[in-house]
Amino acid sequence: MGDTIFALASARGKAGVAVMRVSGPQAHGALARLCPVPAARQAALRQLVWQEQVLDEALVLVFDEGASFTGEASVELQVHGSLGVIKALTQALAQMGLRPAESGEFTRRALENGRLDLAQVEGLADLIDAETEAQRRQALRVLSGAVGKRAEGWRKDLIRAGALVEATIDFADEDVPVDVTPEVLGLIDGLLTDLRREIAGTRVAERVRDGFEVAILGAPNAGKSTLLNALAGREAAITSEIAGTTRDVIEVRMDLDGLAVTLLDTAGLRETADPVEQIGVARALERAGAADLRVFLLDHPAEALLMAPQAGDIVVQGKADLHPSPEAVSGRTGQGLDQLVARISAVLVGKAASAGVMTRERHRVAMIRAVEAMESARHQIQGPSGAAELVALDLRRAARALDVLVGRVDTEDLLDEIFASFCIGK
Amino acid sequence: MFHVKHFDVVVIGGGHAGAEAAAAAVRVGASTALISMRKDRIGVMSCNPAIGGLGKGHLVREVDALDGIMGLAADAAGIQFRLLNRRKGPAVQGPRTQADRKLYRQAIQELLARQPGLEIIEGEVVDLIDGPNGSVSGVELLDGTRLSAAAVVLTAGTFLNGLIHVGDQHRSGGREGDVASVRLAHRLAGLGLKRGRLKTGTPPRLDGKTIAWEGLDVQPGDDEPVMLSFLNKAPQARQVSCGITHTNERTHDIVRANLGRSAMYGGHIDGVGPRYCPSIEDKVVRFADKTGHQIFLEPEGLDDDTVYPNGISTSLPADVQHDYVRSIKGLENVTILQPGYAIEYDFFDPVALRPTLESTVTGLYFAGQINGTTGYEEAAAQGLVAGGNAAAAALGRAPVLFSRTDSYIGVMLDDLISRGVTEPYRMFTSRAEYRLHLRADNADQRMTGLGLAAGLIGASRAKIYDDKMARIGAANAVLGARTCSPQELQAVGIGVSRDGTTRSLLQVLAFADTQWAQIDQLAPEMVSFEDETKAQVWRDALYAQYLHRERADADTLRRNELQRIPAELDFTNLPGLSNELASKLQRRRPSNLAEAERIEGMTPAALLLVLAHCRKANAARAVGQ
Repeated sequence: MGDTIFALASARGKAGVAVMRVSGPQAHGALARLCPVPAARQAALRQLVWQEQVLDEALVLVFDEGASFTGEASVELQVHGSLGVIKALTQALAQMGLRPAESGEFTRRALENGRLDLAQVEGLADLIDAETEAQRRQALRVLSGAVGKRAEGWRKDLIRAGALVEATIDFADEDVPVDVTPEVLGLIDGLLTDLRREIAGTRVAERVRDGFEVAILGAPNAGKSTLLNALAGREAAITSEIAGTTRDVIEVRMDLDGLAVTLLDTAGLRETADPVEQIGVARALERAGAADLRVFLLDHPAEALLMAPQAGDIVVQGKADLHPSPEAVSGRTGQGLDQLVARISAVLVGKAASAGVMTRERHRVAMIRAVEAMESARHQIQGPSGAAELVALDLRRAARALDVLVGRVDTEDLLDEIFASFCIGK
Repeated sequence: MFHVKHFDVVVIGGGHAGAEAAAAAVRVGASTALISMRKDRIGVMSCNPAIGGLGKGHLVREVDALDGIMGLAADAAGIQFRLLNRRKGPAVQGPRTQADRKLYRQAIQELLARQPGLEIIEGEVVDLIDGPNGSVSGVELLDGTRLSAAAVVLTAGTFLNGLIHVGDQHRSGGREGDVASVRLAHRLAGLGLKRGRLKTGTPPRLDGKTIAWEGLDVQPGDDEPVMLSFLNKAPQARQVSCGITHTNERTHDIVRANLGRSAMYGGHIDGVGPRYCPSIEDKVVRFADKTGHQIFLEPEGLDDDTVYPNGISTSLPADVQHDYVRSIKGLENVTILQPGYAIEYDFFDPVALRPTLESTVTGLYFAGQINGTTGYEEAAAQGLVAGGNAAAAALGRAPVLFSRTDSYIGVMLDDLISRGVTEPYRMFTSRAEYRLHLRADNADQRMTGLGLAAGLIGASRAKIYDDKMARIGAANAVLGARTCSPQELQAVGIGVSRDGTTRSLLQVLAFADTQWAQIDQLAPEMVSFEDETKAQVWRDALYAQYLHRERADADTLRRNELQRIPAELDFTNLPGLSNELASKLQRRRPSNLAEAERIEGMTPAALLLVLAHCRKANAARAVGQ
């Protein structure tokens, strides 16, 4: 067993309540030196007394070993969120020989004690960082073990496909159905479809976590910065009557209908001889191309766009005060802003709906490796030699690639599947 | 005072494990005694009359590559050779032969008779002689003779507490016709080793003269027979074919109607049987929708009319066997020479073994069925490991060790020791992670060098091996050195794209449709190499491009093997481990992470816990120093 650690679980600074968490074998003993220990999982109001000094009045929660977040005996003290109280409590705990926790140590103990798996730890980290509704939902999905569940399904299919191929190898001389190719191909194709969809979803899931990028594009002086400021509700970008005021890309983070969004204000798009402005235009095109959504703000109704809109992109008439139309927007008067926000979030919500449960780059890498191996297996099966031993190797590689997400495929699993499916009797 | 004789190694049992163990011990240079209850039954094939197969053929080749005797005897006795998976890649091809029982037995007995320094003693071992510090230092025979030895290899097969079932009748006994070694079993029980119980079944033996062969399918041997031993080129005995027939609905009805009278289904057997060799009762129950099961009618010998119907092992009463066998096509008037039976026997939990097959009792080695395996080949391979290591220990030499990355022998030892046995253990190619490298065809390339270092290889085998390796090396050198442009390759009809890449002929050889005639045009030196060398160079080249994938896995394995688990780590105290896993880990005490990973039921999350605690323990120790 490790030593006993403590740390402030709530944010630092003055607050109504602060939570001190203590975890480890001496947690209950340490509490006993401050106050009478209440029954586990029953909140109790206690006076905390250390060396004959009352530290504070606290709501005390006790958790037994095996029934706490870390899996260790632990204690949570809800004290008043005062810097003085926290300092005194910290000193008291340190004097008892307890150690301040390193960052992330509570979660690491939860992992080491088998309370969370690796993906769940990632989900927890995301949940703590979650700022928007979509991020919260996504993180909770991961925390609840959705990654493991999804991968478990794939694992079953891979074991099945592997077992079919292995059966034709190891029991060639016996009563095994001869042509397993259609079923193996069916399983591989199903897995490929699933994994490819999930890989595509990873990008979106990453976006949900890190924020979608929405670029505002348009000719110089079309009112992009004014629109950005109106959407952001603050003067994030400098606006002026002078065309080309915005040279660099300006980023504003905001919460749009529960989605984290980074709005990008870009230099106006036009042919120009000014070398600084040329750089600005090139940068605008580059960032806008990589963004998840582009909003083209028109200066004139018949204007030609310097960049072709992609599917889902939004084109709107700007300066509604000068070019009145039901669809037009104006950053200055606020006309059409609500509709524009609704259109942007509709597009992004549509994209977010395809988010997979795999939210991490390492998930994506694992899935891509598995896809490559299965594509190679598919190629081998359909090749002239149909080399079963190479197909089997590829299927094992695919399974091992997914190990990162879930358990190891073992020979015994393969054999179980073989014997359950075939009558092998020679 | 009884007579006492001294040996370096004493081998108990003359089955496939015992014969190979004795021969290996002698090759290493130990004075060796082989004790068998009956000299004339040494090398008896007690079950099916065949040697080799998938995985099993690989083991025989490895035994042969280590200068063992099984492959030589199989070739001498082989009456129908088939290379299984002939149409698949070389990695999964396994040589197999039907063997004439009498010829096989004679071949083994002759090969053993030729071993200098091997004494074969007829007798029954009834006790072990205690040595210092709980070790074993010899054996005592029924007649009171005491044999002292530095190491004892026990290959007791199914003799230990054997119980034979025919329907609801059962009696004590080892293999049919032998006396079970009840007294020795009792003595071994006192050693405190963990035991389990397994069962295996046999089919009824048929009189071939009463089979209507005319209407049955025939399975002949291969046109180009492939031998089990690297030293042989062609069969020595007359070649014959097997017959093929099938069970039918009527057979299944008879079996179904009598399930209650089967030893197994009647609840008379406690042992666990293998999943892969189900009895006809099992087949009928588990695969109820199948209307027929294939049966191979295998001749037991050239001058023996007994036929082994492979595929219908049973523990039904004799009269039911008679009825269902006669419901099968071609067997309508067949005479059963000996009814099928099931046998239950004890095995010792192999988890307690060392990689040398030495048990927790110093000086006592276990090999074969006693370790929970089934099959002649598995037994012989363990016999070689136990005999070779017993001799090495007796002579004060370094142990002979095998790894999953170098051999099927290594795979089997590791499976037995790190996973234990829940059913009779049989080798399959799918058990080998490095299957493309661990081939039957290159067993000598993989193993003979190891055997030379261990002193297991005789002079004549060593010479043959050196010559072969020289030829393969020379051919590889020619092919590796000759590089060709796409134009050159296209000129001889080899289809490559004009991508400007030059390729060595070794790479070109791996292409699916490359012909030797084309290679010979590009490298005329190759004409002087014989076909056998060329074929072997081709097999190596075929998989070269895939081996790096396997090697990456082998590297991971070795990394995990290097992650030592501190001996003092108390798994029961690791929170987060399920009780089941914790007790398994505590019992098996894996010495490194790779062993821990292979324990049944191990999960990645649990492995992470073990790793985390190893690191913690190591860090704590580093701080302590």
